[in-house]
Amino acid sequence: MRPFAYQRATDVPSAVAAGTGQAMYLGGGTNLVDLMRLGVATPEVLVDVTRVPFDTIEETPGGGLLIGAGVRNSDLAAHPLVLRNYPMLAQAVVAGGSGQIRNMATVAGNLLQRTRCSYFQDITKPCNKRVPGSGCPAREGDHRNLAILGHSEACVATHPSDMAVPLAALGAVVNVESSGGPRAIPMPGFHRLPGDAPERDTLLRPGDLVTAVELPALPFAARSRYRKVRDRASFAFAVVSVAAALDVADGVVRDCRIALGGVAHVPWRAERAEAALRGAPATAEEFARAAEAELAQASPLPRNAFKVPLARNVLVRTLLDLTAREDLTAAGDTGETS
Amino acid sequence: MTTVAMPNVGSALDRVDALEKVTGRARYAYENFPADLAYAVPVQATIAKGEISAVDVDAVLQLPGVIAAIWHANAPRLAPRNGDPELAVLQSSRVAYRGQYVAVVVAETLESASEAARVLRVRYDADEHDVELRPGHPGLYRPDHVNPYFPTDTEQGDPDAALAAARVVVDATYSTPAEHNNPMEPHATVAVWDAEGLTVYDSTQGASNIRDTLAPLFGLPPGSVRVISPHVGGGFGAKARAHPHVALAALAAKQVGRPVKLAVTRQQMFAVTGYRTPTIQRVRLGADADGRLTAIVHEAIEQSSTVSEFAEQTAVPTRMMYAAPNRRTTHRLVRLDVPTPSWMRAPGEAPGMYALESAMDELAIACRIDPIELRIRNEPDVDPESGRPFSSRNLVACLREGARRFGWAGRDPEPGIRREGGLLVGTGVAASVFPVYRMPSQATARAEPDGGFTVRIAAADIGTGARTVLTQIAADALDAPMDRVRVEIGDSALPPAWVAGGSAGTASWGTAVVRACEALMDVLHGRAGDVPPEGLEASADTTQEVRAQRRFAQHAFGAQFAEVAVDMDTGEARVRRLLGVFAAGRILNPKTARSQLIGGMTMGLSMALLEESVMDQEFGDYLNHDFAQYHIAASADVRDIDAVWIEEDDPGLNPMGSKGIGEIGIVGTAAAIANAVHHATGVRVRDLPIRLDKLVHGVI
Repeated sequence: MRPFAYQRATDVPSAVAAGTGQAMYLGGGTNLVDLMRLGVATPEVLVDVTRVPFDTIEETPGGGLLIGAGVRNSDLAAHPLVLRNYPMLAQAVVAGGSGQIRNMATVAGNLLQRTRCSYFQDITKPCNKRVPGSGCPAREGDHRNLAILGHSEACVATHPSDMAVPLAALGAVVNVESSGGPRAIPMPGFHRLPGDAPERDTLLRPGDLVTAVELPALPFAARSRYRKVRDRASFAFAVVSVAAALDVADGVVRDCRIALGGVAHVPWRAERAEAALRGAPATAEEFARAAEAELAQASPLPRNAFKVPLARNVLVRTLLDLTAREDLTAAGDTGETS
Repeated sequence: MTTVAMPNVGSALDRVDALEKVTGRARYAYENFPADLAYAVPVQATIAKGEISAVDVDAVLQLPGVIAAIWHANAPRLAPRNGDPELAVLQSSRVAYRGQYVAVVVAETLESASEAARVLRVRYDADEHDVELRPGHPGLYRPDHVNPYFPTDTEQGDPDAALAAARVVVDATYSTPAEHNNPMEPHATVAVWDAEGLTVYDSTQGASNIRDTLAPLFGLPPGSVRVISPHVGGGFGAKARAHPHVALAALAAKQVGRPVKLAVTRQQMFAVTGYRTPTIQRVRLGADADGRLTAIVHEAIEQSSTVSEFAEQTAVPTRMMYAAPNRRTTHRLVRLDVPTPSWMRAPGEAPGMYALESAMDELAIACRIDPIELRIRNEPDVDPESGRPFSSRNLVACLREGARRFGWAGRDPEPGIRREGGLLVGTGVAASVFPVYRMPSQATARAEPDGGFTVRIAAADIGTGARTVLTQIAADALDAPMDRVRVEIGDSALPPAWVAGGSAGTASWGTAVVRACEALMDVLHGRAGDVPPEGLEASADTTQEVRAQRRFAQHAFGAQFAEVAVDMDTGEARVRRLLGVFAAGRILNPKTARSQLIGGMTMGLSMALLEESVMDQEFGDYLNHDFAQYHIAASADVRDIDAVWIEEDDPGLNPMGSKGIGEIGIVGTAAAIANAVHHATGVRVRDLPIRLDKLVHGVI
């Protein structure tokens, strides 16, 4: 591990002031410290922001939620308003990591975690995300777990977060503080597709500090679900995941929010599927049609082509579950194999 | 041989070292801090084949805290005559696999050594590498023998003619991936040189073995090397021999003239501490209409490195499982530019029985016979290839008892028809087997003047409970209460003993302990129980006894039953129930035995559904070299699991009447689960692991 300086910030201004140059912010450290050990992350200064008092969850005047960047994942998943108003968010958070990791990991850290692509994490191999221009061995090599949507010649990485998937579905807004003043960046646009600059995961600029994530009021999200497909029954990243909220009246979809995880460089908002569903009958046939509409743009690689039918199936199943079941709460998502 | 009356043996006693372990007082190899300690961090090759042309040592010597950077140009010479060529660390410019040690940096702190190792520039002349095990590889050859000393090939009758004439034939090819045995405690070594020689604190399955390996390597008599390893956090075969880091630590300590500590990281373990070879196995079974086997052919191909030959005995269990007049087993090996495979829990049996027991399930379906009945019909009277009688063989009893407990009766064999909501449910069965070994060991037993006893043997407790079981055995042999008997193990200064390997630890060490205790009791009787102030000691060496053992065919058997549920939308397969019924002689401690058996079964479940080391063809390393990427079963994967055993009285084994139980639990599990997956879905997965991408197309 390369030597680095450690500073502890106690408020947002002092954190932003310290976050210059080759500094990185330290939250729970559940990803960053690993990356430092691997030599992937080499900050000169580590600015510990765990003492910055942005660790609360508050209801906004508009009926949404303002979630502090430092809120621990465990606390987020257990919050009564999250459980009641956004069950898919609570389900997604508890589907990630382990109990110990969720006790440490923060909201901002979860949003900003890096891809678990094997090549990115091994500094003895090329990777355009880690060393721009060095190449992408994953395209020809092992990419079973990598992207089927929105990838580029330069990068086929996936974003690993579960939490970010319902946030993208909800259209959450990421609040950012910087030396130039505050900004608000809406999701899903907060994360970026790789294009020819895969080294940039998000729209954040050096020194930017995420301070909060704001959830809009969305009453029908009280009926929502996160379904994570994974190889191992726990403590595994999603092979494919779906976050969906459905507003059905008289058998017709009035509105919906859908995002996919494990399929792209970003938590993938399924806008085509949403458009296909709005105003359509809430039937298995229409759900399948919507899923096909979304996945028509998929460009799988040889060893992850299975993700296309998998994503289609899981999306359809999740929508069917939302229309069929009356008792969907965070605790209700214990389908046997999930 | 008669077994000894033993009141403690057979009791579900707590571990004698439990308190020490849970309070952190049990000291593991890394937790030794001799004075003036320095830290070594190895540098691994970043090419899979070629030559090291230069190492920029001077640059890292400028870094703070760095004491030395050692590579083959400045390393002390070793003497690996006739030894394991893997241990000839830093002796040559040749690179044989990616991840091989090419240098080691020694520094005042772990952090300094790590950073220097990271920035050390090593230049290579790389050659084209070949890291792909594939059928028809031009480099396939017939090794002289397979691990540890079995014939490479066997043949009886005319299997080809029998297959051609058979009413029913199963001809299927199964493959298993490379798998890495990753004990919870990674390998670690602390090496200390002084005027008397070399002391090594090591995490090992056999202190005597490590001593006997290190001594000639460094030109020392065995008495000048001491290996200390009182507690070991798991091994699974990965610590049964000295891997190169042990030699590297000793070499570095010698070079810098200070004690050196070297811990292998989890990531490094995927190249340098052994793994299970991938296998490709073709199994052909010929049977008559009633399912009676007329031919069994099992042909395996495997890999080893160019450094040394490790030929796993994949098809060996097929030689004794079922009766058939015509039979053949073969092993072919190819030497690739890959890390050297080694022992991983049930080498041979684990991958081999996945193939054989999957094929038996396919045959049962082809013959429309219940898979348990099929196995019973093909039960041999004697060991089919050697003709030797079995000292005990209770496979059928295990199958029947398991069927009763599991609720097998009335099972509809039709695949793919049991739906529960969005799940397809099925059940499967497979047989387990593991050979009984016993190896020479020595022990001393000592009566102390305070009325207590001390028993010494260089055994290893790698988490199995060996220390506890040996204390039970010794207490009974001495007719003393457990708390008056102290068993000292894990130190090469103790009487030499067999490694904790081959499921032979308890049998080998227990025999020596019993004999030493018996000898001491004889002495005590002769003195009417009087113990002088300096104590009384007796010793035993079981070499003659073990060599004189009658040559029965000796194996432990078992039957495993699995119920799986497969999600029809996603192909996710989860094991709902797993039951193992075993016949393994006398169970010496039901508590630790159950842990061994369900631990093995859990590892088998993990092998069935999750574990795969992915070879990166471009770079030549195992790509998924950490626990986030190499999946081992988590608690949520293991739901209803149980292991039970039937009474088995076999006096021909050892004084305890026991068979080894460390490995049999992993044998057959993968087949039972694969068979259940087929029963659930109608999809036969012949390529482990059974992950959702192999099922998602088949179940929708």
